[in-house]
Amino acid sequence: MSSLTNRTKFVFGEVWQGISRSITLTIALIATFAISLSLLGVSLLVGSQVSEMKDYWFDKVEVSIFLCTSGSDTPSCVGGPATPEQKTAIRNDLEAMQPLVAEIFFESQQDAYDRFIERFKASPISANVTPDQLPESFRIKLSNPEEFTAVVNKFLSRPGIEAVRDQRATLSKLFSVLNGLRALAFGFALAMLVVTALLVGNTIRVTAFARRREIGIMRLVGASKMALRMPFLLEAIFGAFIGGIFATGVLSLIKGYLIDQIIANSFSFTSFFGWQAVVTASLICLVSGTVLALVTAWFGIAKHLKI
Amino acid sequence: MRRVSRASPASTDNVKSGEKMIKFENVSMTYSKNGLPALSEVSFEIADGEFVFLVGQSGAGKSSVLRLLIREEKSLTGSVMIDDVDLGQLKEKDIPQLRRNIGMVFQDFRLLPDKTISENVAFALQVLNKTKAEINQTVPAVLDLVGLLDKANRRPEQLSGGEQQRVAIARALVNRPAILMADEPTGNLDPDTTVEIMRLLDQINKAGTTVIMATHDAGIVDQMRKRVIEITGGQIVRDQARGVYGYS
Ligand SMILES: Nc1ncnc2c1ncn2[C@@H]1O[C@H](COP(=O)(O)OP(=O)(O)OP(=O)(O)O)[C@@H](O)[C@H]1O
Ligand SMILES: [Mg+2]
Repeated sequence: MSSLTNRTKFVFGEVWQGISRSITLTIALIATFAISLSLLGVSLLVGSQVSEMKDYWFDKVEVSIFLCTSGSDTPSCVGGPATPEQKTAIRNDLEAMQPLVAEIFFESQQDAYDRFIERFKASPISANVTPDQLPESFRIKLSNPEEFTAVVNKFLSRPGIEAVRDQRATLSKLFSVLNGLRALAFGFALAMLVVTALLVGNTIRVTAFARRREIGIMRLVGASKMALRMPFLLEAIFGAFIGGIFATGVLSLIKGYLIDQIIANSFSFTSFFGWQAVVTASLICLVSGTVLALVTAWFGIAKHLKI
Repeated sequence: MRRVSRASPASTDNVKSGEKMIKFENVSMTYSKNGLPALSEVSFEIADGEFVFLVGQSGAGKSSVLRLLIREEKSLTGSVMIDDVDLGQLKEKDIPQLRRNIGMVFQDFRLLPDKTISENVAFALQVLNKTKAEINQTVPAVLDLVGLLDKANRRPEQLSGGEQQRVAIARALVNRPAILMADEPTGNLDPDTTVEIMRLLDQINKAGTTVIMATHDAGIVDQMRKRVIEITGGQIVRDQARGVYGYS
C-alpha cells in the first residue's frame, strides 16, 4: 500500500512538472475542453428540453372537430349548420374509436363564446362577437397524439364538419426550431471536440519535447511502455477532467440561474428540464471528455514516443 | 537473476563465467535506406564478465554496435544475440526487459538537472515501480560504491564532470545489470579524472559485470591492457586480447 502511494506520488509529481513547465499550453487545453464539453452539454440540455415540452404539451394537445355554422362556406357545409343526427353520428363514431380516442368533450356555441370572451376580454374584438358566430366543436384527447391523422382522415370533408384541427401542427413548428438549435449546438460541440483532439495531440508533442531528457533516461533504464505513456495520458485526462468540471458548472448555472430564475418566470406555458437532466448531461460530458483525451493521447503518444 | 535471457530461462542458470554472452554474427546495418552501411559483416563474441574496448575513428561505427545491443537500432542482416536471445526477433514489449539488464553511460552524463544526485539514481528505480524500501536501500549503496554518498543531496551542477559521470554510472548500475556499456565515458574529462573513472569501471568489471566501452582515448586503452575490438568504416579490423589502441 505504502509503495503504491509512493509510486502514485512519483507519477503525479512528474505530471505536475510537465504541467507547470508548459502552463500556457495546459490552460489552453483545459479551456478547449471546457468550451467543447460545455457546448456538448448545452446540446444535451436542449434535447432534454425538447422532450420535456413534448411530454408537457402532448398531454394537453387535443384534436378539435369544428362543426358547420350558418356562416360556414366550406363545401362540406352546404347543408347548413350541423344537424342533431350528424352530431350523434359523429359522437358514435368517436366512441367507436376508443381506446385511441381517450376523452370526448362537446363544446357548445355558448361554451365557445365564454372561452372566447375570457381569452380576449381586453381586446375590442370581443364586443362584436355573438355566440352564434362561433362553431360548436368536439374536443378530443388521444391516447397516442402521434396518431391524430387517423382521426383527421375519418372526419375530414364529412357533411356537417367544417374543419378538423390538430394543435400538434402548430407545436411541431416550434419543435423543429428547437431541434434545429440542438443540432446547431451539437455541431459546434463536434467541431470544438475536433479542435480539442488536435490540441491534445499538440500538447503531447510539446510535452514530449519538454520531457525528452526524462523520456530518454526512462527508455534507457527499461521503463515499460505504460510507464512511458502514463504521464501523457494523465496530463490529457487532467485537462479533460478540469474542463468537464467547468462544463458541469456552466450547465448548473444554466439550470439554476438562467432557467429557474429568469426564463421560467416569463414562460409559464411550458415546464422545463429538471436537475436530473443536468446531472446526466454533466456525466456524459465528463465521460466523453475523458474518453476523447485517452484515445487522442494514446495515438498522439504512439506518434511521438518510440520504445 | 542477473542475465538478460528472461525469454529463455533454460540458459539463465548454471552459466559459467567465460561462456559467450554477446554474439554478433555477420551484422550489417544502415541508418538510411540507400545510405552507406554503418556496419558491415561484423562478427564477434563477448563472454560473460569480460572487459572490452571498442576503438576506431569518429564515424567508424562504435556507437552503432552499442545501439544494436539495446535495440535502439535493428540490424539489417545477420544476428545480434544476448544469452541466446536474438535481438532482431525481440518483440517491442520485451525491449524494456532487455534494457533493464544493460546499464548505459554516455559522454554527456545525461543527468536530470532538477533532481538531486540521489533522486537521479532513484529515478531509474521509480520508473520501474520499485518499492520505496528497495529504493531507500539500493540508492545509498550504489552511491557509496561510486564514492558519492556524502554528496547525495547535491544537484548535478554542483559536481565536477568526473563526479557527474560517477552518478551516471551509479544510475546505470542501480538495477544490477549484467552488462555495463559506456559510450566515450571519459570524452569530457581531464586525464586524472579519466583514470578515476577507469578504475571504477575496472572495479565494477572485477565484481562480475561485463563492461563494453567505446573510446577514442589511446592512452587509456594502452594502459588498461584489455581486449580491444577496432572498427574502421563499419568493419572489424582487429580483435585482440590485452591489446593497445593502435599499432602505429
Ligand atoms: N542517426 C543517424 N542517422 C544517420 N546516420 C548515422 C546516424 N548515427 C550515425 N550515423 C552514421 O553511421 C556511421 C557510424 O556512426 P557511429 O555513431 O556508430 O560512429 P562512432 O564510431 O560512434 O563515431 P564517434 O566516435 O564520432 O562517436 C557514421 O557514418 C555516422 O555518420
Ligand atoms: Mg559514437
